[in-house]
Amino acid sequence: MDLIRSQTWRANLTLGLLAGALILYCGAIGMIAAFDEREVVNDFISVGRLVLLATPFIVGYMAANRVKSAGGETITALVSGIVTGVLIALPSIILLLFNSDEFRFLLDWSLRLTPFVAATVVAWRMHGDSADTRLLVGTWLLVAVLLGIVLGSLALIFDVKGELRSVLVNINRDWVDVITFDNRGDLLMGIVTYGGMSLGSGLAGSIFYFFPRTPRRALTYGLGVTIVVGAFGETVRLVLQENLERDTLNTLFRRDTLRQSAALALFIISTVVGFLWAMYGQQVRKSVHNMDGSQRRTTRLISTLIFVAILLMLPWLIGRTLSDVAVTIGLFVLMGLGLNIAIGLAGLLDLGYVTNYAVGAYILAVLTSIGPLGLFKGTFTFWMVIPLALLAAMFAGFMFAVPVLRMRGDYLAIATLGFGEIIGKLAISDWLKPIIGGAQGVQAIQKPVFFGAELRNPEQLYYIVLVACLVTLFVSIRLNNSRTGRQWMAIREDEDVATAMGIDTARAKLLAFTLSAATGGVAGAIFAAKVGSVFPNSFTVFISINVLSLIIVGGIASNPGIVVGAIVLIGLPELLREFSDFRFLLYGALLIGMMINRPQGLIPSQIATHEIRSGVQAKAGAGG
Amino acid sequence: MALLEVNDIHTYYGNIHALKGISFEVDAGEIIALIGANGAGKTTTLRTICGLMEPREGSVQYDGADISATRADLLVTLGISMVPEGRGVFAKLTVEENLDMGAYTRRDKGVKSDLDRMYGLFPRLEERKKQLAGTMSGGEQQMLAIARALMSSPRLLLLDEPSMGLAPVLVDGVFEIVERIKNEGVTILLVEQNAHMALQIADRGYVLQSGEMAFSDTAANLRQNEIVQKTYLGID
Repeated sequence: MDLIRSQTWRANLTLGLLAGALILYCGAIGMIAAFDEREVVNDFISVGRLVLLATPFIVGYMAANRVKSAGGETITALVSGIVTGVLIALPSIILLLFNSDEFRFLLDWSLRLTPFVAATVVAWRMHGDSADTRLLVGTWLLVAVLLGIVLGSLALIFDVKGELRSVLVNINRDWVDVITFDNRGDLLMGIVTYGGMSLGSGLAGSIFYFFPRTPRRALTYGLGVTIVVGAFGETVRLVLQENLERDTLNTLFRRDTLRQSAALALFIISTVVGFLWAMYGQQVRKSVHNMDGSQRRTTRLISTLIFVAILLMLPWLIGRTLSDVAVTIGLFVLMGLGLNIAIGLAGLLDLGYVTNYAVGAYILAVLTSIGPLGLFKGTFTFWMVIPLALLAAMFAGFMFAVPVLRMRGDYLAIATLGFGEIIGKLAISDWLKPIIGGAQGVQAIQKPVFFGAELRNPEQLYYIVLVACLVTLFVSIRLNNSRTGRQWMAIREDEDVATAMGIDTARAKLLAFTLSAATGGVAGAIFAAKVGSVFPNSFTVFISINVLSLIIVGGIASNPGIVVGAIVLIGLPELLREFSDFRFLLYGALLIGMMINRPQGLIPSQIATHEIRSGVQAKAGAGG
Repeated sequence: MALLEVNDIHTYYGNIHALKGISFEVDAGEIIALIGANGAGKTTTLRTICGLMEPREGSVQYDGADISATRADLLVTLGISMVPEGRGVFAKLTVEENLDMGAYTRRDKGVKSDLDRMYGLFPRLEERKKQLAGTMSGGEQQMLAIARALMSSPRLLLLDEPSMGLAPVLVDGVFEIVERIKNEGVTILLVEQNAHMALQIADRGYVLQSGEMAFSDTAANLRQNEIVQKTYLGID
């Protein structure tokens, strides 16, 4: 029992310190200060402070959970909430002290003392129980001198007499303001405020753990909705702007942030809704489950109709800026669905998908531009070129596939990566400059014209993307359940056995690459028409990586997953522009988190779920 | 005329001379056992017959035509079906999908009734038709692999080590099935390390030794052969 208890304590302490280190790190790279720019609730709390307070809350909850599941007392659980809350604040508070004018001597002294303390610890650990004191003293001296040199040079670099700021540029006023809750003038006050807040938040988290299930869920729901709406206040406002009177809008929002009254109302409403759902959700689900065939069909029909209506009305509902985001998301959905044929169905890891995008874009650019590089100066219209772009991309995909047919797995990935790079270099090369303009690109691309009306706004382009996505979605659903789809799945599982089933693997792979390229070409062409010009720097390896990541995050071989993946990975960063500095950091963190906690993706396909749940081995038998 | 005739084939892995002139024939309706120790060339022989490897010399005649250079996937349409070593079921597809894959080359109407016939032959597979193949036991996977190979309605079935990695009880079951398949008129070429079992159901047998044919005789005679008894049957 004691052992379990001490282990629980140790685990909770580690958790607290880790979370504290994370907060410190986020501060040191400037994320906390950047997030402080965006307010969740007007004059009440910003995203940056929310991070500071939500972390101890969540960790406190986890700590309480851990204590209780190890069979600990309630009071222990609450204490561990408090302790983790303090620990989370600790690293940032120490840095705050080091950074301040009054307490800078602490940094000096800790740098000076560290070698001696560390040397004592190391020497004691290594030779504490040995009789030979010479060994002890020797180790102590060695460690102390070595660490002294290292830390001495660090101190020189940091210039302890000067400012921490010269190295950690983001440990600045903004950061101090956020951390001390605007008590920059009175440092002690600030530290006490932050420590207290963090402590309280940790305690609140552990108390929250003891709430009965229903109110807990209701509160989680209410808080979640309020925070999301608040954090995306700018977006929500843009949506409401299209549909509400200016005066009503102003009672809800102040500039881009929720007013406190509106936030409170939203919190209460969503908590009540969450409460009702927690109370009666089970019954609703059960009655849906118990519906007979015709009722279920009617319900499904109605919900499909509503969904389609929303899709069709979307540009009016969300306005211009968000329509633009929707178009970008749509382009990536198109590419995701295409690449999924190669990766999800046939298991061919293609890292050069940007090739098809570039081919589509340049074909459209060269054929429809009315600028100096346009070949036909307006004879060809957007609608005539779209099928050409599709065919050209398919041809590119085919040519691309021929040399790599015999490669498998990692080798295929590396070869395709190389192809993607070649395309980027070709686009910017002098060799092709007379045709596609090198670094200057192709400009003056004509907008699509639809029955005499020029489609120049994102609201209008949205429909082109929507139609393209729906067609691709339909094709890809049909492919999934077809003979061809099965053939790809067989190749993905085991190429040799697939051959033994009578599948011509070379042909099947060529087909997979070719079909997968098609949507990339269309996406590229629409992109070119949307922007009106094409530059080589739009076609980097990041396009390929983005498309691949959205498939992985959404769920491999899962069509709805790809749509969700595109919204999360492409849409959210577009909406959170001021965090763009940290875009790839968050992106990477998200991918790592996903791989650890939900490797099958957000909306996994059935196969992936089964595979990961049951831990199916690729091959049951071994060779012999 | 023999259904399958292997004439003096030499197959290489790079520079390694794996098969040094193997010849044998399989008549329609027979079970032929190909036995031998590890590395004797049994699997290589099968891979050469079904087109996954090409012999450098010699030829493979199937139904009177030379198939030594024919692609593996086309041979399936000609009626040669293989159950690969280690079963090779599609672990992430369901049992029924695996069987559907077996009928990949067929476009006739008989697939559905063949599916039912397989479920008749292997009732266990019908119970589990919606289950992922990879979650089944080794014996069930072997049944599935055989059933899947039969779905292409082959004339010649190549079985590579069907007893490998199975519990002794299941091994009996597998060989029972092989005999039933033979009675349905499918010719079977069986590669086995378990010589004892293989020679009990086979009509004739061939013994391979480091890439060369050591003995060939009727199964009954091979069972009596002293050297075969000592080396492969473990009888002193």
